[in-house]
Amino acid sequence: MNDILLEGSPKTPTVHFNSTTGLLELRGRSIPENSIEFYRPLIDWIDQYAQAPKAKTLLRVQLEYFNTSSSKCILDLFKKLEQVRNAGHAVEVHWHYEVDDEDMLEAGEDYQAIISLPFKMIQVEEVDDK
Amino acid sequence: MVNRIFDLYDDLEKDRIMLSFTGALSTGLIAAILNLVERKLEHSEHAPAVRKRVFNVVMECLHNLFHHNKHRAAADSSSGHGEGGQGVVVIAHDGRGYSVFTGNAMAQSEVDALKQRLDLLNGCGPDELRELYKNTLNNGTFSPSGGGGLGLIDMARRSGRKLEYGFIPLDNNNTFFSLNVNIAPKNHPLHHERHSP
Repeated sequence: MNDILLEGSPKTPTVHFNSTTGLLELRGRSIPENSIEFYRPLIDWIDQYAQAPKAKTLLRVQLEYFNTSSSKCILDLFKKLEQVRNAGHAVEVHWHYEVDDEDMLEAGEDYQAIISLPFKMIQVEEVDDK
Repeated sequence: MVNRIFDLYDDLEKDRIMLSFTGALSTGLIAAILNLVERKLEHSEHAPAVRKRVFNVVMECLHNLFHHNKHRAAADSSSGHGEGGQGVVVIAHDGRGYSVFTGNAMAQSEVDALKQRLDLLNGCGPDELRELYKNTLNNGTFSPSGGGGLGLIDMARRSGRKLEYGFIPLDNNNTFFSLNVNIAPKNHPLHHERHSP
C-alpha cells in the first residue's frame, strides 16, 4: 500500500504514515476549518493498513496546536488503531508536548482516558514541526 | 472622518486593543488574523502557555464565527434575507489578562439554547469541564464542520474564568450575541489538582 507523505501547512500538520515501518507521525498544527475533509484520507489509510499491520505500530503525535474540530478526528484515528490492537497487534502512542504546555499534556491524558491504547507522554523543549 | 482618526486611535490605545476586525471571514482571512495574533503575542506575552491559550481561544472564536456565518448565510439566501456573514472580533490586553470578544447576529429562536449552554458551562468547575469535554468528545454527535459543542467547553477550560456574554435584540427575529473569553495573565492550571486518569 502507498505511504502518506503530507507536508505541513500553517493550518494542517505534517503527516508521515509508513506502512513498511509501522511508524505513523502527525506533527505541527492541526487547525483547519474543515478537519473532516483533511482527516478522512488518513482514517481510510489506517482502515487499509489494519488489514495487514506491522507487528508493532507506533503513532507519534507532536502537535503544537489543534482545534476542537480536529480533536474528534484525532479520536477517530485512535479508535481505528484501537481496533488494530484488539486484533492482537502491538500499538503504542507517543504523545509529545512542549515544556510548560500543560494544556497539551492534559489533552493527551484526556485521550488516554477514553482510548485503550498504551500512551507515553513525552516532554520536549519544542515540538518538531518540520 | 479624518479628524476622528486620532480619537479612534486614542480609544484603541486606552482600551488596550491589540486587534479589531469586522466583516465577513474567509479561510484566508482567518489565517491572516491568526498570523497577526501570533506575532503580536510574541511581543506582548512572555509566558508560552498563556500565548498558546490566547491563540487557541482566538482560533476557536474565529472558527465559531466562520461556521456560524456560513450557516446563517445559507439560511438567509434560502429565506431571501440579505445579511449574513458579518461579525466582529476584538482582542484586548489589560490588567485582567487577555480578552477575546466576538459578536455576531443570530436567530432569536436559538438564543435560549445558547444561553442555557453558557450558563451550564459557567456553573462548572475545572474538573467538571474536563469531564464534560471528554464525554462530549467521546459520545457527542458532530456537525459536518466538526463542531458539536466542544468549542465553547474548550474556551471555558482555557479561560479559567466565567464566560461573559450578552444578547441585544435587533428586531423580532434577530439578536446580537456578544461573548468575552478572558484569559488570566498568569498561568493557571486547567484544573487544580493534577492526577493521573
